Amino acid sequence: MDPTDIGLWGVPLAILGGAIRVSTPFIFVSLGEAITERSGRINLGLEGTLVFGAMTAYAIAVISGSPWLGLFAAAAAGSFFGLFHGWICKFPKVNDIAIGIALMLFGSGLAFFFGKPFIQPKAPSLPAIPFGGWSDIPQVQAALDVNVLFLIGAVLSAVLWWAFRNTRAGLIVRVVGDSSDAARAMGLNPDTVCLLATGVGGAFAGIGGAYLSLYYPGSWTERISSGQGLMAVALVIFARWNPLGCFAAALLFGGAGALGPALQSVGVTQGYYLFYAAPYILTLVIMIATSSPGRSLAGAPGELSITK
Amino acid sequence: MSEGDKKAVGVETIGMTMRFGGFTALDTVSIKVPAGSFHALLGENGAGKSTLVKCMMGFYHPTAGDILVEGREVSVTSPRDASAFGLGMVYQHFTLVPSLTGAENLVISREKVPGIIDWRQERADLADFMQRMPFKLPLDVKVAELAAGEKQKLEIVKQLYLGRNFLVLDEPTSVLTPGEAQEVLGLVRGMTKAGDLTVLMISHKFHEVTAFADDVSVLRKGKLTGTGRVADLDHKAMAGMMIGDQPITALDSRALTKPDADLVLKVTSLKAPDRTGLKSIRIDDLGVRSGEIVGIAGISGNGQKEFLEVLAGQRARDGGAVLVKGSPYASSRTEARTLNVRLIPEEPLKNACAPRMTVAENIAFRTFDIDGNGKPVNWINTSGIKSFAASLVEQFKVKTASLASPISSLSGGNVQRAVLARELTGEVDLLIVSNPCFGLDFSAVAEIRARIMRARNSGAAVLLMSEDLDELLELSDRIFVMSDGALVYETPIAQASVQTIGEHMAGHH
Repeated sequence: MDPTDIGLWGVPLAILGGAIRVSTPFIFVSLGEAITERSGRINLGLEGTLVFGAMTAYAIAVISGSPWLGLFAAAAAGSFFGLFHGWICKFPKVNDIAIGIALMLFGSGLAFFFGKPFIQPKAPSLPAIPFGGWSDIPQVQAALDVNVLFLIGAVLSAVLWWAFRNTRAGLIVRVVGDSSDAARAMGLNPDTVCLLATGVGGAFAGIGGAYLSLYYPGSWTERISSGQGLMAVALVIFARWNPLGCFAAALLFGGAGALGPALQSVGVTQGYYLFYAAPYILTLVIMIATSSPGRSLAGAPGELSITK
Repeated sequence: MSEGDKKAVGVETIGMTMRFGGFTALDTVSIKVPAGSFHALLGENGAGKSTLVKCMMGFYHPTAGDILVEGREVSVTSPRDASAFGLGMVYQHFTLVPSLTGAENLVISREKVPGIIDWRQERADLADFMQRMPFKLPLDVKVAELAAGEKQKLEIVKQLYLGRNFLVLDEPTSVLTPGEAQEVLGLVRGMTKAGDLTVLMISHKFHEVTAFADDVSVLRKGKLTGTGRVADLDHKAMAGMMIGDQPITALDSRALTKPDADLVLKVTSLKAPDRTGLKSIRIDDLGVRSGEIVGIAGISGNGQKEFLEVLAGQRARDGGAVLVKGSPYASSRTEARTLNVRLIPEEPLKNACAPRMTVAENIAFRTFDIDGNGKPVNWINTSGIKSFAASLVEQFKVKTASLASPISSLSGGNVQRAVLARELTGEVDLLIVSNPCFGLDFSAVAEIRARIMRARNSGAAVLLMSEDLDELLELSDRIFVMSDGALVYETPIAQASVQTIGEHMAGHH
């Protein structure tokens, strides 16, 4: 296909398309992490969970021929990792951050070990919905080719935002995350709630990984993740633990990630590598801009170890 | 749903005994709290008050003894059982979730919460319930934004909302202003009089017991040492039951402050960010003279802590001047040493000690790096530190297993004694103290207050910040009130009135 030349309009369009494509794993990982952190735990292992989820999804999709089966397997594997993290952290004097880092390395290593035979075969992709059919311009069509997971993620962030206020489970997670003493006084077991919240968070991260290997970039390699799992943690803080904020922040990060390829596609040949670093620079800038030595973050769950 | 119209219940304990290993925390204690009465439970720290109520609430399983509810023997093995009999407890520290609104806190604490909460229905029910309560509260505000008195009311309302008509109040007024305390206890008293509620209140404050309670029971070292109608007992009799015959350090009488005494501490237009970083504290003008105690009253969270942190060098200031004996003071070690500034912060284990270092080392923090002539030393004299610490431990009656024990193994009172020993030894020109007696027992409190008074009488300028108004009234020569980050009111002790101070503390001016 001969791309129509739309000149510099290609840049914002590519950024929009990129934001939708690149942001999906961010959405899932950050929503998962938001649930976990709202319960008062921080799971840095989601990076490893993401990579393991990507491998599992790809492997199961190759074997079974169904990308959906792969997706469910990734979610199951992710929740297993999350539950493992939650289970270890319930022992006294265990530091959730240290366990998270250990699980991050463990998850990646395990994924590389089991994933070796699946680097070559091709797995079926998750379906996308072509919202760009009304346009004749191929760039527009490409940008608006939206994967179903992105749509699910968008709905999920709204549902979570609602659920944190209007459901028993949502309120219980907030109670436990804000004051485990209060939770105990209510007869709740904070460890169980954290365990489940971490499990759900892990499942979300697994889905984020499945998106990576089954849609974009759409293959299993050992370099499939470029730190999405870790950046999602920063993103949750930036989003002030608000699921809708997570969605917006994920779009912003996705857009920043698409900046480099977009510039390259319109013929910027110099320095575009610098723009590939945009998400990382954005992470740094956001963390610096939103932190202060003198005050704690507004809206931070009271039991969260990094904000205590 | 709530059952606010259920009538008050009476509770009785018979021969309640609780042993932890070889230690008897509670020794055959029998108390009777009839329905609709207001019963006070007095006792020192560690006297067994908490153990007794925790047995009643099902947190502990007593070694022996029975609980009677409405005259019938019942088995209370968990807080859930207690709740089923209508027994509830309001803790000293708030158990509300700060980031949830009042309404969310109430609904989520219910035994049965629907999976999806219909807020319109719940709000209507809550409004209906609040109509029947004497307390007026905003329920749509985050609990973190409520004043301490409102939080305390909400805690009580929560228990009533959960259908509990026998309430244990654990030192309910410790964080309230005198005005708030009057109001909260007055409303509770009204409900007991109406027969809607039975109250068992743990307290330290005799004047509250006298003003509000019908009956009182006193515990000492796990034993019931006295019980009776409040009307028949005076403060002296209650104090006698509480502390037995142990000697109490008497406060030295106040030496007269010379009106022309030197100004030791002078703070002008000090500005510093507060903990949230959103507001700031401003001290426009504060002076403390040699030989006087200047008290700063205020409800916790109004900037006293930040002010102390600035003086202690723990918090950076945005502007303003702190002068000690005329020279600028930035809390460096050298300045503190040459100007003889000493500091006793609140929570001394956290703010004034290295918890895992030994008692001897902690006591030597001010002096370990200088020799007898004030010259810096290169080698630490361990035996010198030990003998120095040993003499202070003796002099200040610090109870410790050994000088080599980590200071964190000491009880709160003994940590405070060790810190006092360190800070009050040698020349003291300026002493900055914050909540020195928080959580300590009667005899430790009396002794620590006596030492502060003695330091004053020997010419030190003392700045005393305290949330305990009684303490300030007992010790201070002048009292300032700090509210919302600023000093809003000043009164000499002779004209001080609890009423006026309380109003300023609450920010009603």
